Amino acid sequence: MPTMSEQILSRVAGRPVRAGDVVTANVDLVMVHDSLAPGIIRILHNELGADRVWDAQRVAVVIDHVAPAASVQTAEKQQEVRRWVRAQGIPNLFDVGRGISHPVLVEEGLAQPGMLILGSDSHSTAYGCIGAFGTGMGSTDIALALATGKTWLRVPETIVVRAHGTFGFGVGPKDLALRAARILRADGATYAAIEWHGVEHLSVMERMTLATLSIEMGAKAGIVPPTGLSVTGPLVPTVDADAQYQKVVDIDLSQLEPQISAPHYVDNVVDLSDLGQVAVDVVYLGTCTNGHYEDMAVAAQILAGRRLAPGVRMIVVPASAQALQRAASDGTLATLLAAGATIGTPGCGACIGRHMGVLAPGEVCVFTGNRNFRGRMGSPEAQIYLASPAVAAATALTGYLTDPRTVMDRNPVVAH
Amino acid sequence: MARVWLFGSDVNTDQIVPGRYAPYMLKDESELRRYPFIEHRPDFAPNVRPGDIIVAGKNFGCGSSREYAPLALRMVGIGAIIAPLFARIFFRNALNLGIPCFTADLTGELADGDEVELDLEQGHITTADGRVIHLPPPPLFLREVWAAGGIVPFYRQYGRFPGEVVQ
Repeated sequence: MPTMSEQILSRVAGRPVRAGDVVTANVDLVMVHDSLAPGIIRILHNELGADRVWDAQRVAVVIDHVAPAASVQTAEKQQEVRRWVRAQGIPNLFDVGRGISHPVLVEEGLAQPGMLILGSDSHSTAYGCIGAFGTGMGSTDIALALATGKTWLRVPETIVVRAHGTFGFGVGPKDLALRAARILRADGATYAAIEWHGVEHLSVMERMTLATLSIEMGAKAGIVPPTGLSVTGPLVPTVDADAQYQKVVDIDLSQLEPQISAPHYVDNVVDLSDLGQVAVDVVYLGTCTNGHYEDMAVAAQILAGRRLAPGVRMIVVPASAQALQRAASDGTLATLLAAGATIGTPGCGACIGRHMGVLAPGEVCVFTGNRNFRGRMGSPEAQIYLASPAVAAATALTGYLTDPRTVMDRNPVVAH
Repeated sequence: MARVWLFGSDVNTDQIVPGRYAPYMLKDESELRRYPFIEHRPDFAPNVRPGDIIVAGKNFGCGSSREYAPLALRMVGIGAIIAPLFARIFFRNALNLGIPCFTADLTGELADGDEVELDLEQGHITTADGRVIHLPPPPLFLREVWAAGGIVPFYRQYGRFPGEVVQ
């Protein structure tokens, strides 16, 4: 019986397909972001000779990678992208401040269960949070999909990460995903898809944490069954009891400790308690992995009525305008600001090291994002520790990497 | 002769071209040719010659979808990349750009700076001391793309995608 990838890819290939098959598939949605759009447009028109995208309704363009523009060059290129979007009649342009492509396409209802979604961004595995087959591709593949509405794929084998129980106090989806990376390693799911089972108690954006980090294990897609979500789409994939899996990884959530990915590789994961004292200069909460409303709320719960440690900067870049609005309306934002954090425009922030808080040589950052590669956020001499929003907020209070359970109130008063 | 440039495992695309050196960030995009391995291995770009080969450990090209990483390698004329495992997106991008990639672990057989002959037609490498190392042929559908010079010429020539069965 089919895996979720086989169910979805059979639909878009128009015939039953199995892992290992090489298929040409119809694409449901193509996402293009500002960083690569100018090159993609050039390939589409100049190399492929296509005047129009195949279906303007099925294209979404998001300005999130350098938003707002940080230089004359990036401003000019964004201007070129906006002109192109108008000329093509593409209705779905999400401009500066709307947020990161992945949460935005989910919030807008453009990404739906059962879809094949291609993005010009490796974290397009994110769309698995609502049961879509989302995958990242390079500029030429994206241009070909824009021209033809099709792509080619090898149907992946599937690795299941099966969660048992519920998270203990101070532990969450990021710890689960980093634990999976610790087990599977950076190449453990290469050419395969990951299915995340046993996580139906998580919200859509918490599921996005798992789906985005799937690429950090090499996965082609990272799919959470859309159990319990009020979303509809062309096909609702389900977990089949008889599906054939390449591997199953079992993780007991109740036994999970806060996990840290230490410099400079995402799979360099340890229990926080196994690290010595690590002094931190910058706490950075953001990205498609952990810049969601839920992540800001966890941080606010820890920071409520307290102040950042002297010498620590805390930068919060909401993943989307909706997340920011929700945080503003229920007091989460006010709590973060009162603690001394500052807020950036919703978008990718410093995740690609281009603007909005890049790191200096020797600086140490605890980051809720997805990559701690050398030089990722600025200087190659900076150190990036990936962690959960709870660890990030606890660290902001003390100035060194801190287990959130040591600073959290077990019975917080929840205002919202 | 081709020089061997030896790299370790898990070389990510931020190491190949940092995001700060993307075409998006440059006034003149042709500058990209100066930036492959700009921080990870600064002696690479000034000294690499057309036809040189990269021999790396597993998971070469992991990380971002940035096609400008393999594009920068194409701009300096890299003749082939040989690694026991390629990250998926990088492999597609390299294939699409027509850069030959071979799945083999030669990190124990070749040393950085070795001068070798690469025969793409026969699929082998001859070392300076006459050793011949055979490279495993990629699957047919990949060889077809490579033979066409990349995915765009392939698509323009055949009007279809690789692996598609035409009745």
